[in-house]
Amino acid sequence: MRQLDFMGKRRIAFAVSVLLAVVAIGALALKGLNLGLDFTGGTLVEVRYEQAPALDDLRSQLGDQGFEDAQVQTFGTSNDILVRLQQTFDNDVGQRVVGILDSEANPVDLVRAEFVGAQVGDQLRDQSGMGMLLALAVVMVYVAFRFQYKFALGALISLGHDVVIILGIFALFGLDFDLTVLAAILAVIGYSLNDTIIVYDRIRENIRKSQIDDMAQIFNESINQTLARTMATSGTTLLVLLALFFLGGDMIHNFSIALILGVVAGTFSSVYVAAALLLAIKLQRQDLIPSKKENDEEEELP
Amino acid sequence: MLNRYPLWKYLLILIVLLVGVIYALPNLYPADPAVQISSTASGTALDQERLDRLTQALEDEGIDVKQSELDGNSALIRLDEADQQIAARDILDDQLGDAYTVALNLADATPDWLAGLSATPMKLGLDLQGGVHFLLQVDMDAAVQQRLEANASAVRDILRDERIRYRDTEIGDRTITFQFASEEDRNAARDLIADQFPDFDYENEDGSSGAALTMTFTEQAVQALQDYAVNQNLTTIRNRVNELGVSEPLVQRQGPSRIVVELPGVQDTAAAKRIVGATANLEFRLEARPDTPDREVETLNFRNDENRSAELMRDVIVTGDHVSSASRSFDQNNRPQVNINLDGTGGSMMSRATRSNIGRNMAVVFIEHKTRTHTVMEDGEEVEKREAYTERGIISLATIQSALSNRFRITGLDSSSEAADLALLLRSGSLAAPIYFAQERTIGPSLGAQNINQGILSVELGLLLVVLFMLARYKAFGVVANIALGLNLVLLVAAMSMLGATLTLPGIAGIVLTLGMAVDANVLIFERIREEIRAKMPAQQAIHAGFERAFTSIVDANITTLLVAVILFSIGTGPVKGFAVTLSLGILTSMFTAILVSRALINLTIGGRPLKKIWI
Repeated sequence: MRQLDFMGKRRIAFAVSVLLAVVAIGALALKGLNLGLDFTGGTLVEVRYEQAPALDDLRSQLGDQGFEDAQVQTFGTSNDILVRLQQTFDNDVGQRVVGILDSEANPVDLVRAEFVGAQVGDQLRDQSGMGMLLALAVVMVYVAFRFQYKFALGALISLGHDVVIILGIFALFGLDFDLTVLAAILAVIGYSLNDTIIVYDRIRENIRKSQIDDMAQIFNESINQTLARTMATSGTTLLVLLALFFLGGDMIHNFSIALILGVVAGTFSSVYVAAALLLAIKLQRQDLIPSKKENDEEEELP
Repeated sequence: MLNRYPLWKYLLILIVLLVGVIYALPNLYPADPAVQISSTASGTALDQERLDRLTQALEDEGIDVKQSELDGNSALIRLDEADQQIAARDILDDQLGDAYTVALNLADATPDWLAGLSATPMKLGLDLQGGVHFLLQVDMDAAVQQRLEANASAVRDILRDERIRYRDTEIGDRTITFQFASEEDRNAARDLIADQFPDFDYENEDGSSGAALTMTFTEQAVQALQDYAVNQNLTTIRNRVNELGVSEPLVQRQGPSRIVVELPGVQDTAAAKRIVGATANLEFRLEARPDTPDREVETLNFRNDENRSAELMRDVIVTGDHVSSASRSFDQNNRPQVNINLDGTGGSMMSRATRSNIGRNMAVVFIEHKTRTHTVMEDGEEVEKREAYTERGIISLATIQSALSNRFRITGLDSSSEAADLALLLRSGSLAAPIYFAQERTIGPSLGAQNINQGILSVELGLLLVVLFMLARYKAFGVVANIALGLNLVLLVAAMSMLGATLTLPGIAGIVLTLGMAVDANVLIFERIREEIRAKMPAQQAIHAGFERAFTSIVDANITTLLVAVILFSIGTGPVKGFAVTLSLGILTSMFTAILVSRALINLTIGGRPLKKIWI
């Protein structure tokens, strides 16, 4: 099988990573995330129709008039309709919505229009943030324990790299960041970590096995050996995601964008950030030799 | 011999899969949208003939009735289409008039033998099926009153400590008035408290009865209190809803003083209302001594015995707000009790109060803020008036034997469900202000039918693509991986159903994504087998080595992800928690199916036989 020289191109990849990260951080700092209804709250409008309307028509009517993210649902009876808009409340919103929906054939009355608060409160947000940090810390300890602390550092930076880039792209293009996107980012963390550990595992195995001291060459071999697997797994995951992206509809559109970005960035970073970083921080065979014993007591097959 | 499993391993796998299939099965019988009719007045029970006429009326309007059943005083009409539920209710309402209430319902369709094993389907989330919508009004007047009472009590403490004598306190709409015997006392008091209670405007009033000091709650303070009360209630209600086990609920503020709660798939709205809206709290108070001045004494009845009462001090040692954890248990006589842990402040307040009062009685007071509505005629129109009132009752009165610390238990509750409710309420925190239900409605799905269908279609297509990919790449072994994938889906669905998870569209996408990632373990194994075969290893050894060598990678990779999921679960709330559950279950089931099940399939079919070549 042909060997690709991954490590030889690591300086170019490094430049790309740094550039992307800088752009991402810049976008986050300057534009900020476009937080969705879940985080910011918005406006709720209740209207009453004379006759029961078809909900899909209302959605398209509102969508055509600039309320693309309107959520429309029946409320108690089929004539009462609840509309949630991701828009800061002002006194005219209710009338504007009625103006769009009202027609000769089926008059509409405004029942009420009010602001609604965020679904994710400050407390919940802080708690989740703390949870993420703690999760990362525990994972680092685990990786340092199973591998070595340099690996833990590599995994951490590679995770940060992926998350920052996704957030940055969301900020740059002003995509809605809602709870489903948050869930997607958590999934990306899982995915990227998975990918990184698989590559690390092979690196560890090859360092212990091989006689040569050229780390770059060992890394190249390891990455080439896991390449088929990386491509197959990323491939299946991307197939699912592309199906969700093209056919899934609005609700899971941004969810799939975040994940597609995450899978691509995660695959790239497990090679060029996680592995290449080990070269930069001068991982040596000695770092893994003292734990040579561990080889014998690796888990048995069930 | 290589690649053979002992019989017990096959049996174990079989049992796990069987259990999985049983608990996943109810999901094939989704709950039917239904309309429930119950008679409100006695003597108006429905009969079969009337029910037949009603179903006929529905069919005439083009509504497809699936089944109708009569059960004592109520009837359940199951429908085919959820869209027609509301229309059906409107028609029935017209036909039946006031003697009956017609409510939307979701009727279980799980076959009896499955229900007997307590196998239930997953609930569908607000986006797919809708649910109940409660609009809660935070009672701001009551919140102000409570705050004034608390401040008055604190001021009294200070005055007593400083030995400034006051005659009387009076609490008005926004004011607290203290009566003093002399102007000197009044001025001394004002100097003392004005700095400590900056939320008030102070005014001296001198009348015939002596000197008085009036503290008026400032407008700013009222605003701040309102924000605080609504936000605090939001947090508390979120905690409660999460404790109810309804995942993927929606809790948000609406307008300045209202809170929306939407719960998916809730059948028993009465139970949900009881917990969401409960304003129960506890107070610990000392029994009054015979020589205690009257103004510091309050006489309260016992909750379970109206005729018994006790005289208690007005001042409260600790309230339920200082409870850090609470759980229900039973004493040796099998009576329900609630174990309580106080937080640091609460613990020290409790030990200080009890240490110096050994031998006195301490009462546990159960407080509930309620509202009653009654209609009054106003300008010829019926207007609903709401009146807030507070019910206080002693649940236990016991002698303090020794200084109490931050852990103790309380008894004297009526039933074990009351103990469980009280523990839940204490755990999730009390409401900062009373609330009442301003509106209760059923709400339709927030996603359109078209959107849902698209989502489901994309998920199915995604799954199909994975299956085809595995077949194309790994041929015969791809079949094995796909069987393992199918079983993984069954196990995941079973586990989520057992935990009572709620299914939303992003949740479904998450499951499929987990499946896409779950083939990873099989991919790792198969790639390793290929590698070994390329290195000229005989087929059986290659299979064996492939599974064995890939194992460490799989375990390391999955344990790290599992760690993330477990921590997110224990710390996160709401949607983050739900996601963590799906993720960790997905990891566990995929490890089981990819490592054990696929190995079993391979061992069963080609294991131990002489093989020249394998089709991978």
